Amino acid sequence: MIEAILRYEFLQNAFMTGILIGLVAPLLGVFIVVRRLSLIADALSHVTLAGIAASLLLEKKFLMFSGLNPLYMGMVFSVGGSLFIEKLRGVYKHYQELAIPIILSGGIGLGVIFISLADGFNTDLFSYLFGSVTAVSRADLWTILAITITVAIVIFLLYKELFLLSFDEEYAKASGLAAKSIHFIFIIMVALVIAASMRVVGILLVSSLMTLPVAASIRIAKGFKQTIFLSVIFGEISVLSGLSLAYYMDLAPGGTIVIISVFILILAILIKKSGFRKIA
Amino acid sequence: MAGKPVIEIKGLSYRYERETVLDNITLTVPENAFLGVVGPNGSGKSTLMKLILGLLKPQHGEIYLFGQEIRRFKNWEKVGYVSQKANSFNTGFPATVFEVVSSGLTKKMGLFKFLKKEDKNKVSKALESVGMLEFSFKNIGELSGGQQQRVFIARALVSDPELLILDEPTVGVDAHNVNSFYQMLGDLNKNRGITLLMVTHDIGTVSDKVTHVACLNKTLHFHGNTEEFEQLERNGLSEIYGHEVHLLDHHHEHEHGGVTR
Ligand SMILES: Nc1ncnc2c1ncn2[C@@H]1O[C@H](COP(=O)(O)OP(=O)(O)OP(=O)(O)O)[C@@H](O)[C@H]1O
Ligand SMILES: [Mg+2]
Repeated sequence: MIEAILRYEFLQNAFMTGILIGLVAPLLGVFIVVRRLSLIADALSHVTLAGIAASLLLEKKFLMFSGLNPLYMGMVFSVGGSLFIEKLRGVYKHYQELAIPIILSGGIGLGVIFISLADGFNTDLFSYLFGSVTAVSRADLWTILAITITVAIVIFLLYKELFLLSFDEEYAKASGLAAKSIHFIFIIMVALVIAASMRVVGILLVSSLMTLPVAASIRIAKGFKQTIFLSVIFGEISVLSGLSLAYYMDLAPGGTIVIISVFILILAILIKKSGFRKIA
Repeated sequence: MAGKPVIEIKGLSYRYERETVLDNITLTVPENAFLGVVGPNGSGKSTLMKLILGLLKPQHGEIYLFGQEIRRFKNWEKVGYVSQKANSFNTGFPATVFEVVSSGLTKKMGLFKFLKKEDKNKVSKALESVGMLEFSFKNIGELSGGQQQRVFIARALVSDPELLILDEPTVGVDAHNVNSFYQMLGDLNKNRGITLLMVTHDIGTVSDKVTHVACLNKTLHFHGNTEEFEQLERNGLSEIYGHEVHLLDHHHEHEHGGVTR
C-alpha cells in the first residue's frame, strides 16, 4: 500500500485530500450537529451540484471555459446558497427549517436543468455524485488544503464564540456577541467544506462525513472538546480505512468511507448500551 | 442611598406583530436596588427583560443602561442574565458544566483570548457559590432541571456583572435551594453592591431581600419601595392588578432607597 502511494500521484492526492477532509468535515460537523443544522449540509451539497453542472455546461458550450475547475463554480453556488438560506430563515422566523427543503429542491431543479441543457454529461458528473478518488487533481488538493487550514484556524480563534452561539443563541446575543457576524462566518465555512469534501465522498454523501462521526462521538464523549476530538478521530479512521479498503477490494471509495462511519456509529451505540460508561 | 440609575426606561411601548404587550412604561432602577418584578402570566415581564437586554427593539420609548442609550451601549459584560427558558435548551448538548459556565466569560475576555488559570478559578468559584462545584465535569444534560438552573445562575455570575437580570430563575429549584439562592442574591446585592432585577411569582419569599417592587400588567401598575408596596397591598392592590394570591404575607423591617416613580 505504502509503495503504491509513493508510486502513484493519484493515490497521493487521494490520501492527502482524504486526511484533510477527515479532519475538517467532522471538526465543522460538531458545530453543525449541535446547532441542529445537519440538514443544511444536505441542502448545500445539492446546490453545489447545481454549480458543478453549470460549470460542466459552460465547459461544453463555450471554449473559453474549458479547463475551469468545476470545484470553483460549486463553491460559488454553495456560498450563494448558504446566504440564501440565511435570508429565508429570516423571512420564515417561525418555520426556519422550511429554508432547507426550499434550497434543496431549488438546487436539484437547477442542476437538472443544466444537465438537460447540456444533453447529458459523460461520466464526469457521475464522479461528483458519488466521489471519485482518481479524479482528485493536484489543484484540487491545494484548494482543499487552503480551505482546511483556513477553517481550522477560524474555529481555533473563534472557539469560545462559536461554542456560546451553538449552546445558547439568546444568551450569546444578550451578552453582546456579534452573533450575526459569527453565524455568517460559520455558514460560509460550511459551504466551503461541503464543496471541498465532494471530490472524495461525492455530493450525495458529503453530509454524512460531517454528521456520522459526530453522532458517534456525542454518544460517548464527555464535554465539548472531547466531542470534537473523538469526531475527528472517527472521521480519520473512516476516511483512511475506507480508502484503503476501497483500493484493495476495488470498491467505490465514497460509499466505503460512509459505511465504515456507520459501522463506527453502531459500535458507539453498542458500547454505550453495554454499560461501558463515558470515558473520563 | 438611591444612587445614580442603572436602568432608565422612558415611555417604552412594545408590540409583537399586532398585540401591544407593553404600554408606556416609565421606570428607573437606581444603583444597588433589588427590584422584584411581579405580574400575571402574559403581562409582559419577560418581554420587558428582553428589551432591557437588547434582544428586542422597542417601537416607542427609550432605554438607558448605565447612562448610555441602549443602541450605543457596548459594555454588555456588565450585565448578567438568567433567562426564563434556561432549562429548555438542547439537553443533549455535549458540554460539561464547567464549559457552560466558562462560556459566561466570552464577552468579558474578548475575541481571540483563551481561558487562563485565573479565569478557571473564577469559574470554579461561581460553581461553588451555587453549590455545583462537584458536578463540574458532568455533561449538562445529565443534571436535573433544578441543577441545570443553578449552573445557568453560575454562568451569569462568573463575569462579575454589575447588573444581574433574572427571569423566574428559581423555576424547578427545590425549596431548600431556593432559600439559599435568595440568600445569595441578598448577599450579592448588599455586600457586593450588584443591582438586581428579578421577575418572580413568589415575591412573598423574597420580600425581605428586595428593596423595590414593580407590578406589571401591560402598563406599570405600581413601582416603589417594598414598604409602600405592602401598604398598597393591604389596601386591595391584588384586585386592581389581577393577581389573586397574597404577594406579601409577613412583616419585616429593612432599609431601602427612596421612591423612584
Ligand atoms: N415571540 C412572541 N411573539 C408574539 N407574541 C408574543 C411573543 N412572546 C410573547 N408574546 C406575547 O406577549 C405577551 C407577554 O409575554 P411575556 O412572555 O412577556 O409574559 P410574561 O409576563 O413573562 O409571562 P409569564 O409569567 O408566563 O412568564 C403574551 O401575551 C404573549 O402571548
Ligand atoms: Mg415570562
